[in-house]
Amino acid sequence: MIGITGYGAYLPRLRMRRQAIAEANAWYAPNIRGKGTRTLANWDEDVVTMAVAAARDCLGRGDDRGNIAALMLASTTLPFAERLNGAIVARALTLDRSVAASDVGGSQRAGLTALQHALDAVAAGRGDALVLSADARRARPGSGSELAFGDGAAALTIGSEGVLAQFLGSASESVDFVDRFRLAGEPFDYVWEERWVRDEGMSKMMPGVIGAALADAGIDPGSVDHFIMPSTLRNIDAQVAKAVGIPADAVVPTLFERIGECGTAHALILCAKVLETAKPGELIVLGQFGSGAQAMVFRVTDEVGAVRPLRGVSGWMARGVEEDRYTKFLSFKGEIALERGMRGEQDQKTALSTAYRHEDALLGFVAGRCEVTGEVSFPPSRIIYAEGQPLKDTQRPYGLAERPAKVLSWSAEYLSFHRSPPHCYGQIDFDGGGRVLMEFTDVDPDAIDSGMDVEMTFRIKAIDETRGYRRYFWKATSARPAQEEH
Amino acid sequence: MASGIKDRVAILGMGCTRFGERWDASPEDLMVEAFGEALEDAGIEPGQIDAAWFSTHMPDVGTGRGGVPMSIALRLPNIGVTRVENFCAGGSDAIRNAVYSVAAGATDIALALGVEKLKDTGYGGLPVTNVGTLIPQWYPAAVAPANFAQLASAYRAKHGIDADLLKRAIAHVSVKSHDNGAKNPKAHLRKPITVEQVLDAPIIAEPLGLFDCCGVSDGAAAVIVTTPAIARSLGKNDLVTFKALQLATSNGWELQGSGWDGSYFHTARIAARRAYDEAGIADPRRGIDLTEVHDCFSVTELVTMEDLGLADEGGAVRDVLDGAFDADGRIPCQIDGGLKCFGHPVGASGIRMLYEVYLQLLGRAGARQLADPKIGLTHNLGGQPSQNVCSVLIAGLEKA
Repeated sequence: MIGITGYGAYLPRLRMRRQAIAEANAWYAPNIRGKGTRTLANWDEDVVTMAVAAARDCLGRGDDRGNIAALMLASTTLPFAERLNGAIVARALTLDRSVAASDVGGSQRAGLTALQHALDAVAAGRGDALVLSADARRARPGSGSELAFGDGAAALTIGSEGVLAQFLGSASESVDFVDRFRLAGEPFDYVWEERWVRDEGMSKMMPGVIGAALADAGIDPGSVDHFIMPSTLRNIDAQVAKAVGIPADAVVPTLFERIGECGTAHALILCAKVLETAKPGELIVLGQFGSGAQAMVFRVTDEVGAVRPLRGVSGWMARGVEEDRYTKFLSFKGEIALERGMRGEQDQKTALSTAYRHEDALLGFVAGRCEVTGEVSFPPSRIIYAEGQPLKDTQRPYGLAERPAKVLSWSAEYLSFHRSPPHCYGQIDFDGGGRVLMEFTDVDPDAIDSGMDVEMTFRIKAIDETRGYRRYFWKATSARPAQEEH
Repeated sequence: MASGIKDRVAILGMGCTRFGERWDASPEDLMVEAFGEALEDAGIEPGQIDAAWFSTHMPDVGTGRGGVPMSIALRLPNIGVTRVENFCAGGSDAIRNAVYSVAAGATDIALALGVEKLKDTGYGGLPVTNVGTLIPQWYPAAVAPANFAQLASAYRAKHGIDADLLKRAIAHVSVKSHDNGAKNPKAHLRKPITVEQVLDAPIIAEPLGLFDCCGVSDGAAAVIVTTPAIARSLGKNDLVTFKALQLATSNGWELQGSGWDGSYFHTARIAARRAYDEAGIADPRRGIDLTEVHDCFSVTELVTMEDLGLADEGGAVRDVLDGAFDADGRIPCQIDGGLKCFGHPVGASGIRMLYEVYLQLLGRAGARQLADPKIGLTHNLGGQPSQNVCSVLIAGLEKA
């Protein structure tokens, strides 16, 4: 049996209120309205960081990730065109160097394409695979997409043991139906008329491919329990379900009003949401439109309750905080250049040779733990200080990313250039040893104090606009309970 | 056990420029100004100086690297000039090198001069720099106010002190320094302020507001040292001698270990203990008449009173509010205005601290002169609370 063996997701903390966007643009685009919220990635989040977060949600806090042999990262907003984004994620997760990582893109169905690749790899006996999909799309200010899009990520592990949703069958179709396009390097999609997309594209292609997938699986459409087909077009999922013969009550709510439409990640986010409450024997169909169409069929197994994500889609949905400030939204999305002052002119050039030499520390947050004294040093050092007895070369790799920690001291400052002031940082003490002076993110300065519980999150450390590079590191964020803020 | 430097080296002369936004002055101007005053005070010619140490922290915005900028500016007679850089403690470290050379007998007369030209960046505060290629890849792009502000959160947590009470105590620190600075014609900031002004000022780094931060200044200071015997042969009778000069440097224990609680300076306590031992001071509260400490931020000065043993642990808030370190208090601190108001041209600050102690001991401090001080202490810190260099220097009248 081959199928899904674990699931997780990530949704950024910020939830932009659509009405706030609409009101800010009402002078210009009075007919663009919306209700509810959409997720908004913080300035230091992108596809790579959100994929890491979703993967950690899926994989849990354990150190042993040695079963993962392949990693597929799907997105149409990968930060790097040259530099394997999946490799950054793999190293942040401290996966073995032997992992086969790949980036998958090209269309909105890239998430399902990556999932199919993973299933094929597992079927070929190449070991377990980690499928990640994330998107953080830009939309032109004043456009409908600005309200519709959301930022988010999902993760699935694929394997042949402990399967909680068995893969039954699939189908796909690849055609050059251009409902939207974006030339490489361009910021925004160009979109053709919705009515044409709906009537000539989705309504014609999706039923055929979904029907073919069901036939491949040997499943009667009427027995489908969960039908997932993300789209910003209202009710198109219900229309396609009806055309195929899938029961109307099987159509999975899109979560559009709460989180927006998260691009290539959305189908997998909804899948992860369904798996939270799915019962053994239930049938799940995933369908996605984009340069053709793709569909897959899974059956939930008795194992479904045995594996849980750390927070899951529901946990992340409950963990948001509403945002009303439109210029903050624009700034985080890169659509507005706020005054930075001269301190913002600091060169952010990254020494790539240094970065590689310290790859485990910088991407994996791996410290050194002295075998003799138990002292933990970050970054790892050749000599560990012990009173009157410095010890040389006694440290072994010791991961910090998944360890609980507390704030020792902190401040929130307004002096340096920061994309989301105040710039908060402080000394963090890890349970079991280790102390790092590090930046905070997604924290409310009024809520920080010495002794506060924090957890680690992989984020953008600095953006080098001169050379078009970004580097990543770990930051501390409040280890707030799931329900606290909503 | 080393015999130490007590009374083996004397100050022959000192000079210090007016600190502040010296738009008119280049590093060369500042060096020439401080050196000229020191030479005149010493009563010697440049050709009598055997070696020099040059302290400057940020060469890229001001002076340039190596010993050359000072040798050229002062047209020194091809003697050895070494640039000393040890963060904000570089000035004291330059003194240390000059003093050690005299104590060792390697030189008869040595010069230490510090200069910093900070006001050519185009913005306020310290210049923004990158430190190496690895540190910026993980360490926060931290600024000094937030590094030092962290003392407050840790101090509050350790001693269970209410945030408003600590804020008021550190406000008193700044008000006191402004009162003192107002009487100092060479000080950068010369206006008295009120506690309310401090409390209402914009926040720079929680909980530090604008008036909790020292001035960022241009300036230079110089000291010429020699042996007491040579000083007397040159006509000096009332000598100020070095009683102790100790430097302690972090080794990562505070930043990376887990034993430090973040509320004090580990190095300052070590340097102070060594300095009191070297000077033979059993009880600093009785043995020290005035202090010039590294009050880069108000909270730094408050915890430093404990680090130097001048206040009980957890007791500095009370002592500060009681005025123990005011001009008329038990042990006046920053009688010249300190970094807060005299200003902080980084590489010069340690020498400026000694300049004030020297003037006070010789009764030359004008309107801010204390009554008959005999022993003064300078505490000069470089870096930040969790990783730093700390110098404690004790100077006194020769017979004290």
